[in-house]
Amino acid sequence: MSDAQNRIADIVKKNDIVLFMKGTALFPQCGFSSRAVAILDRLGAPYQTVDVLQDPEIRTGIKEYSEWPTIPQLYVKGEFVGGSDIMMEMFESGELQQLLGAEA
Amino acid sequence: MPMAPKEIEKLIRAAIPDADVVIRDLAGDGDHYAARVVSRSFEGMSRIRQHQAVYAALGGRVGGELHALQIETAVPQPETNQ
Repeated sequence: MSDAQNRIADIVKKNDIVLFMKGTALFPQCGFSSRAVAILDRLGAPYQTVDVLQDPEIRTGIKEYSEWPTIPQLYVKGEFVGGSDIMMEMFESGELQQLLGAEA
Repeated sequence: MPMAPKEIEKLIRAAIPDADVVIRDLAGDGDHYAARVVSRSFEGMSRIRQHQAVYAALGGRVGGELHALQIETAVPQPETNQ
């Protein structure tokens, strides 16, 4: 595994809920990342974010790691959940609440 | 470079022949689309696998020349005759 792949593996292992995104939770730099943050905020579970714009290696590496071409990407307990479309679908069906163990 | 919705539809149909594809242009700029893809072949696949099949059909264009493609996938529901 390359260095970036190792770093990503480490990040998803150490953080229960982690969102790879463009920008920060406070200042998302893309509409899709913004939507993903809004969903997580709504659920109220604590989460970490990784700003891929600050780290070109992670930005390229996460796409290979997940076999997924776009960002944002959500990982929960080391498992890839999906991008913002899947997050929205799962939020609307209540699956995401269940997955994150949120009260809502 | 912007892509025509017809081209997106054609690529998806070429890879998933039975797919029912609806493309919507979200921003009118030829760069932000939403695709709804309904196919029998999605049956038994996780959402991630279904979306990956659509990404694969578009052969690496998503995230590159096609900046924004919202994807929604579904398995066709059996028709009810009432």
